[in-house]
Amino acid sequence: MGPSSGFYSCKKENRSWQTTGGEAARNRELLNANREEPLGFRPAAHTYAGLPAEVFNEQGEIMTQSAPVAQAAISAESMRGPVAGAESTGETVVGGGPQFDLRRRPRVAESFIQGFLFLCGAISILTTLGIVYVLGRESLLFFANEEVNLLKFFGGTEWQPAIGRFGIWPLVTATLMASLIAMAVALPMGLCIAIYLSEYAGQRTRSILKPILEVLAGIPTVVYGYFALTFMTPLLRGIFGRDIVEIYNTASAGIVIGILVIPLVSSMSEDALSAVPGSLRQASYGVGATRLETAVRIVLPAALSGVAAAFIVAISRAIGETMIVAIAAGAGPNFTFSPFRAAETMTGHIVRISGGDLSYDSIDYNSIFAIGLLLFMMTLSLNILSQWIVRRFREEYE
Amino acid sequence: MMALNQQQTASQPTGGLMPSGPAYHERVKARQRRGRRWAIIFQAAMLSGIIALCALLFNILNQSFGYVAIINNIDPAELAIDGVPLNELSKDQLVGILEANVSAGLMRRYENDMPFAQRTSESVHELILERVVEPQVQATWGLFESAFARGSVFADAEERFPGSEVYFRSWLTTSFISKSQSSEPLRAGVRTAIFGSLWVVAITILFSFPIGVGAAIYLEEYAHRERLLNRLIQTNINNLAGVPSIIYGMLGLAIFVRILEVFTSGAFLGIGDQSTANGRTIISAGLTLGLLILPLIIINGQEAIRAVPNSLRQAGFGLGATHWQVIWHHVLPSAMPGILTGTILAISRAIGETAPLVVVGASTFIALDPSGPFSKFTVLPIQIYQWTSRPQDEFRNLAAAAILVLLVLLLTMNASAVLLRNHFNRGQANA
Repeated sequence: MGPSSGFYSCKKENRSWQTTGGEAARNRELLNANREEPLGFRPAAHTYAGLPAEVFNEQGEIMTQSAPVAQAAISAESMRGPVAGAESTGETVVGGGPQFDLRRRPRVAESFIQGFLFLCGAISILTTLGIVYVLGRESLLFFANEEVNLLKFFGGTEWQPAIGRFGIWPLVTATLMASLIAMAVALPMGLCIAIYLSEYAGQRTRSILKPILEVLAGIPTVVYGYFALTFMTPLLRGIFGRDIVEIYNTASAGIVIGILVIPLVSSMSEDALSAVPGSLRQASYGVGATRLETAVRIVLPAALSGVAAAFIVAISRAIGETMIVAIAAGAGPNFTFSPFRAAETMTGHIVRISGGDLSYDSIDYNSIFAIGLLLFMMTLSLNILSQWIVRRFREEYE
Repeated sequence: MMALNQQQTASQPTGGLMPSGPAYHERVKARQRRGRRWAIIFQAAMLSGIIALCALLFNILNQSFGYVAIINNIDPAELAIDGVPLNELSKDQLVGILEANVSAGLMRRYENDMPFAQRTSESVHELILERVVEPQVQATWGLFESAFARGSVFADAEERFPGSEVYFRSWLTTSFISKSQSSEPLRAGVRTAIFGSLWVVAITILFSFPIGVGAAIYLEEYAHRERLLNRLIQTNINNLAGVPSIIYGMLGLAIFVRILEVFTSGAFLGIGDQSTANGRTIISAGLTLGLLILPLIIINGQEAIRAVPNSLRQAGFGLGATHWQVIWHHVLPSAMPGILTGTILAISRAIGETAPLVVVGASTFIALDPSGPFSKFTVLPIQIYQWTSRPQDEFRNLAAAAILVLLVLLLTMNASAVLLRNHFNRGQANA
């Protein structure tokens, strides 16, 4: 087995050393010992191609003893960078002498890469700034309009931009009503499913049921919208009567949003419940509690912060849900508190207005950004609240 | 806690270490009964989740297949020449039928579009169906009714639409996938929408995968966690993941469609669609969805990178590798399965997204395949939304068939994510 063959096969081989961590660590110490003779001493005339042989010669003993070709390959691989660099800055190498420290060498490519990666991270900040800028700017234009003011916006109960009525309440009440119905479905169901999966179901049952919930979570929302309109609405009309339930209604949209967020609630709550250490359960069983008492009085309170966070994230998701309400809840702002009447939510309104021919800088165009800003602030504050709850009320167990 | 306390008080009179007595046993039985009752409730909750999923799938399948009642403007049997049915006639005979039944102006327009000499007999046959036979859907029935109440379906059709032809139709056919959008439900297809979806997703991947993985590497490998800027980036990503998708649509509308219109319409290259040169193009949609799934890719990528054991990095550094060499040769390869799985899940989210694309401005009616990143587009979910919003039943059937196409697409992607993960895991185990 020649050293150069080891070098060329390094790409293939370098996985194998992951499994021999102990050997690698031992070898690293030996290599570090070898560092006392710095690589910088290498005459500049040495070529890149000649390197593997030399590495092998320098540490031949170590390599042949502890780990055969793979380690030699790795060391060659990892030294390729430094020495290849040494060629180009030959002067430094010669002048550096024994004090030369590889770690202090400026590495242009490395810092360039780091800079690029930082930019990738910074794009997320730019996205947020973009959202705030866009929503803020267009909303300001909206409120700068002489027909509109904050009092009208938050005080009025009629939203008809065409005739100068700008009360946001019809849209907000419809949104809240749909979300409320959704939560009435999703919170108890999601929590029960989470308790069942984490405290009752066996390993096998769980491995079958969890993927099913994931499928439910992976279905596009437009499909849920279709489901609401063609299944849930006829069902509700069949139960409550066609005169009471309109074709488009918030109840059907709300129930289906609830089904949509069940997987979210159950998986987040289940994570929180499973994180409670088993010793608590055992202690509870030890003093004679039943399984239900253990689950509800010991495990659930211990995981309460996680469960509460799941609930709040679910509310935020329900408020921001768009396609279901756009399809099933109705088109046209309607100030009503009846769940069986048609009413348009904030998201549904944005979709309907922007789906038509929208001319820029019209009052309609600006108004959807004002609604968007309100929506953004509602969901953002809910998300921040949920993160705060997790941080503030988390029970830490060793 | 209360139950436990009461238990103890019940045990007091006996004075022993273990509680006993009839009251205690009653209480235990009651507690056990309650436990069993709630166990059933928990199971019922799980069951109703599964039932909801089944109802959803049943509803879609039910609408995708079933009987339709159709009335033809001219019965195809009348068009047969010398007893040879319409679909077996030669091309010249078909052209003759077409000439006899449509106006000369329309014939000239067809001739201008594409001379009849160059058309195949299938395409002429289709023109005849479109212009001469003109089948009109009168009513449709679901799969369930069609399978279990055939008699009443036929009776109903006979009563309400006398003279109609009732036959079993699968709305999901090969021609549904290969044909482009049409205002006639019987001839409509999703080909344009599928191409649109693929184009948009391709742009989304090209944009968000490198940037997402780069950001994940930065946050896990380079960033000092105590620095304010890095903490800000991290918090910000977590919050972005919770922003409603429609907000991203508005961001895309304002930034990509309006402010960057010169670039996203292709005008800066002089290509693009000059007649409708605006920013409502595939590239705007792709970038918008890219921003939408970026937080998901970053968070998943971070988890995958965090799961790489630290000993691997230390071993790399010990051997003298630079930071980037350790990341590129060791950390990334072993984090790749996790990163790819997360990315595929994020992309399947992007494929199903509708709301942001409505806001960005997907076109509602497009019959031409998209030709590049600067063309107008429609995507599968938008098509489904459009058809669902139409009041006629037959468009609901089309929407159901399109949903099946979309679900199959998503299922394939998720299955490939699972396979990929297994493949990589096996590869690592073998090494």
